[in-house]
Amino acid sequence: MDGIHDLGGVQGFGKVAHKANSVAYRPVFHEPWEHLAYSLLFLGADTLKVFNVDELRHAIERLDPRQYFASPYYDRIVAGTASLYVEKGVLSHAELEALAGGRFALARPQGLGRPARETRPPFEVGDRVRVAGAFVPGHTRMPGYVRGKHGTILHRTGVKWPFPDAAGHGRPAALEPTYHVEFKGSDLWGETAEAASVVVDLWEGYLDKA
Amino acid sequence: MSGPILEQAPVADRARALEAALRRRHLVPEGFVEDFTRLMEQDWAPENGARVVARAWVDPGYRDLLLKDGTSACAQFGYVGPQGEYIVALENTPTLQNVIVCTLCSCTAWPVLGLPPDWYKSFEYRARVVRESRSVLREMGLDLPPEVDIRVWDTTAETRYMVLPFRPAGTEGWDEAKLASIVTKDVLIGIARPDPAAGGTGGGLRGGGY
Repeated sequence: MDGIHDLGGVQGFGKVAHKANSVAYRPVFHEPWEHLAYSLLFLGADTLKVFNVDELRHAIERLDPRQYFASPYYDRIVAGTASLYVEKGVLSHAELEALAGGRFALARPQGLGRPARETRPPFEVGDRVRVAGAFVPGHTRMPGYVRGKHGTILHRTGVKWPFPDAAGHGRPAALEPTYHVEFKGSDLWGETAEAASVVVDLWEGYLDKA
Repeated sequence: MSGPILEQAPVADRARALEAALRRRHLVPEGFVEDFTRLMEQDWAPENGARVVARAWVDPGYRDLLLKDGTSACAQFGYVGPQGEYIVALENTPTLQNVIVCTLCSCTAWPVLGLPPDWYKSFEYRARVVRESRSVLREMGLDLPPEVDIRVWDTTAETRYMVLPFRPAGTEGWDEAKLASIVTKDVLIGIARPDPAAGGTGGGLRGGGY
């Protein structure tokens, strides 16, 4: 989906609040509840297996855009994780709000997602490819800034993973390799490009031979 | 930042509510949160990636393995686990700087880099580094000469990247521990280069685990 999370290349943001090598990264967590976000996410995804990480990403994408932007990172993880526990019928929204002592905003409803395409011959390193001009209403891992763009294959992964546009909706997902596709900076951003190239890791189903 | 959509119980209360709801259904195994938090706070750390880099600098055979099969190379140190299932090392040269981002969310090679730092997850970094790459690096303190190309890697699938910096001059004869001490979290993400002047200091911010 062309959601608020798809931030690559969006203009208007200010400086990154960081100077290289200026801060220690410990403590890892800054608030006494933050460790719960990933812990309860991985409890659901790895141990209980009631949802997968693609679904978690999509749940966060489905937060109201105002909530997405106003919430700190680990708050978004909590909101997305809670949304899935409720959607999967493990917990109830009312009980969460009762325990929290107030409103507990969850993700907006999801659609059906889409299956992977039929298997085609794999691409090879050096192949020129074009990112399919797909406008996907549900979860996808194709950032909008490469839609329809031409690039060159640098690498095909030796492992295959579930097609996220299906897996992110909890439906059966075909396994596909992903490709490290290099795009010339100028093909993405014209003469204003500041990177020589941007490499995006794309599932096979997002690509066509150029 | 007001309006009904954002009026919620405080996030600390919502996180605790989610935990409490799962616990009263006996869905949280004994010690699960504590064990997972220990992994996040202690086991997954940029010092791991630094050891990998230092080994690659002194051992050409290991360097070759790291560039060919980063996952196996990291596994030799025991650096395995979630978000580290397919690790690819990106080799810098004096004329190429690799930089890692996740524009869609926050994907990072946890076992070798540790959890992503706050700035990496910021909207500013995610939006700008693919486009205003050189400016963003300069603002954060890495002012690259024009002859150095920037290649940005967007972590949009299951590959998890780490940057392999080139070994700086002035580090001849250093042992692996001293070499590792100049490979910070920011160096492994690609927004900084190793600084030989910081080698082996062992204290201050670097002791806090970049």
